[in-house]
Amino acid sequence: MIRQVLALIVKELLAVLRDAKSRMVLIGPPLIQLLVFGYAATFDLNHVPVAIYDQDRSAASRDLVARFLGAPSFQLVAMLRSDRRIDALLDSRQAQLVLVIDRRFTHDLLTGQAAPVQAIVDGRNSNTALLIEGYANTILTDFSLNWGADHGRPAPPAVLDMRARYNPSLSSRWFIVPGIVALLTQVVTLLVVALSVARERETGTFDQLLVTPLRPIDILLGKGLPGLLIGVFEASVIIAAAVWWFDVPLRGGLLPLYLGLLLFVVAVTGIGLMISSLAATQQQALLGAFLFMVPSIILSGFATPIANMPVWVQDLTLLNPMRYFLVIVRAVFLQGADTRMLTSQYWPMAAIGGASLVAAAWLFRKRTV
Amino acid sequence: MNAGALRRLSGLLRKESLQIWRDPSALAIAFLLPAVLLLIFGYGVSLDARNVPIALVVQRPGALAASFTSQFARSPFFRPRRFLTIQDAERAMTAQLVQGIVWLPSDFARRAEAGGSSPIGVIVNGVDANDARIIEGYVQQVWATWLTARAQAAGGGAALPLSVAPQVRFNQAVDSRDYLVPGLIAVIMTLTGALLTALVIAREWERGTMEALMVTRVTMREILLAKLIPYFVLGMGGMAASVAIAVLLFGVPLEGSVWVLTAASGLFMLTALGMGLVISSIARNQFVAGQIAIITTFLPAFLLSGFVFDINSMPRVVQIITHIVAARYFVAILQSVFLAGNVWSVILPNAFALAVMAAIFLGLARAITHKRLD
Repeated sequence: MIRQVLALIVKELLAVLRDAKSRMVLIGPPLIQLLVFGYAATFDLNHVPVAIYDQDRSAASRDLVARFLGAPSFQLVAMLRSDRRIDALLDSRQAQLVLVIDRRFTHDLLTGQAAPVQAIVDGRNSNTALLIEGYANTILTDFSLNWGADHGRPAPPAVLDMRARYNPSLSSRWFIVPGIVALLTQVVTLLVVALSVARERETGTFDQLLVTPLRPIDILLGKGLPGLLIGVFEASVIIAAAVWWFDVPLRGGLLPLYLGLLLFVVAVTGIGLMISSLAATQQQALLGAFLFMVPSIILSGFATPIANMPVWVQDLTLLNPMRYFLVIVRAVFLQGADTRMLTSQYWPMAAIGGASLVAAAWLFRKRTV
Repeated sequence: MNAGALRRLSGLLRKESLQIWRDPSALAIAFLLPAVLLLIFGYGVSLDARNVPIALVVQRPGALAASFTSQFARSPFFRPRRFLTIQDAERAMTAQLVQGIVWLPSDFARRAEAGGSSPIGVIVNGVDANDARIIEGYVQQVWATWLTARAQAAGGGAALPLSVAPQVRFNQAVDSRDYLVPGLIAVIMTLTGALLTALVIAREWERGTMEALMVTRVTMREILLAKLIPYFVLGMGGMAASVAIAVLLFGVPLEGSVWVLTAASGLFMLTALGMGLVISSIARNQFVAGQIAIITTFLPAFLLSGFVFDINSMPRVVQIITHIVAARYFVAILQSVFLAGNVWSVILPNAFALAVMAAIFLGLARAITHKRLD
């Protein structure tokens, strides 16, 4: 029996890999997505266009301006001489930050009052706005503390000593690229598995399979394992690219990573087989895969944190295998987590995988008789 | 156009409309898909961190430490949890129970009174770099508020030499939903617009009905127009539904005028449908057309339009590539019309770019769709 299942697996792999178009779908888009995602998907700010209106024009205000010019996150687009152009620059998005240094700046600094500086931010992209505010605040606070120290002002009672654990330079690429391992593995595995049964139904070869001595469970194995193999292979390529191309540190071992990967691919395969058992044509299977994929990616924590979602949506994400695998990849890559620490992520995926495979087998039997 | 051409066109239009009406999948793509996606995205996607769990470690409690930690309890951004030792707090962070640690060492009060600048340790979990940055910003705000409160209580001068007055234009509450939802409309309409038309000509080829059309007297231009007009109406209907959901359900302000929005949407819809027609003519196969539509329209609109990820921060090469993504121009218009108003300096150049792209794609569709079998 094992030999027959093996033969079926070989046949499935050939069916997917022999056709030039489906080979392309498996190899081209994932690689392009890896590169584009890896480079384009960044929350780090560089070259934020900034306009400065320095009404004071003193040594102190020039020192402050110089700090903004020297920061790599900011790029000066205009030194203003009046407040007339501020609105136009912000409206047209030529400047995302306008810094207004008040006329009383030096006077207030010297007399010990709080010298006013206004930072006007374009809020159309709220995330960028928050980050710009944070960057500007850091520069302004540094200036404050230095100026105070240089001019004999009493130091503030306490200062912040900020550090980031696991990702000291807070590069968002370290966050996004491990996420892509989960994202692309899911896309590829799901497509391969979801289309496998539907393709046979559409071309009519499914009936031929049914008259062979193979039991439904053997057919299910033969359909599921190729997706599993392709998924694990694809993930390995991306993991290698993350480590050697994007230089993301892999701090943990391969065992906790691949244990998670295996459970994840099994769960996705189970869901793919469910979709495949329900669909009569490839078109329907594709639509079904798409309908599962989009919400599962958006509600996985890939780009936006699950903690920010409403509670009922957070409860919904508990059914999403990608949610758990994302935690595992990131924890293994950046935190160096071991299998013991990740137990709470492994078992829900195993449960989802088991349940979906049983459901798929049941649906499969129902549709075949 | 003479009377015969008009009659043929209206006949074709009737055929297309009947096909749409009888096959619910086109109506589903036009209305159901945008609504469902908008609801999932609208509720699921948020970059606003609220109630961030954070560990507070105070090694020697005192009045000064208490005044600082009480600021965290008062902040809407944090949900502080007390830990007795830094080791416990670190373990909680590793287990992801807290996102960051604020640590007042045992000599905190002594050093603050001796010469000031007593260090407060702040450790954030950097795995999610974006979240970590935002949390750092919040901690800085709490610290500045604390300094100001102390200085005022002491009746003395300013706490810090500078006072920063941050002011956010166009989205005062800095609510990420207000900016994500308009961008989402562009992403979703790219998908539906291209998917709608990507399948229609491919379907005629696949079913062999294209050959039947060819032996009639209709011209290719009439076939394309007949495909374009009903799907344009359908797409604009989906667009109207999306705007209604954004404004009525999610409460996104619509500062600009509805007419500007309609005109810009019309231009964008023409571009998206034009792309769909081009894909459809190239692929001649529904499966491949659907794949190409998703890869060449949906993903670039999602990643390269400036809807979540800021275009200015991308590498130069990627920034140049974004200029051929139609959604980029539409996202810019939408975010301005929704949040800022009729800003002509944004609307006109972007609308011009959209018009050029629409002309290119529609012209290309006309040029590559021939009335011939090969």
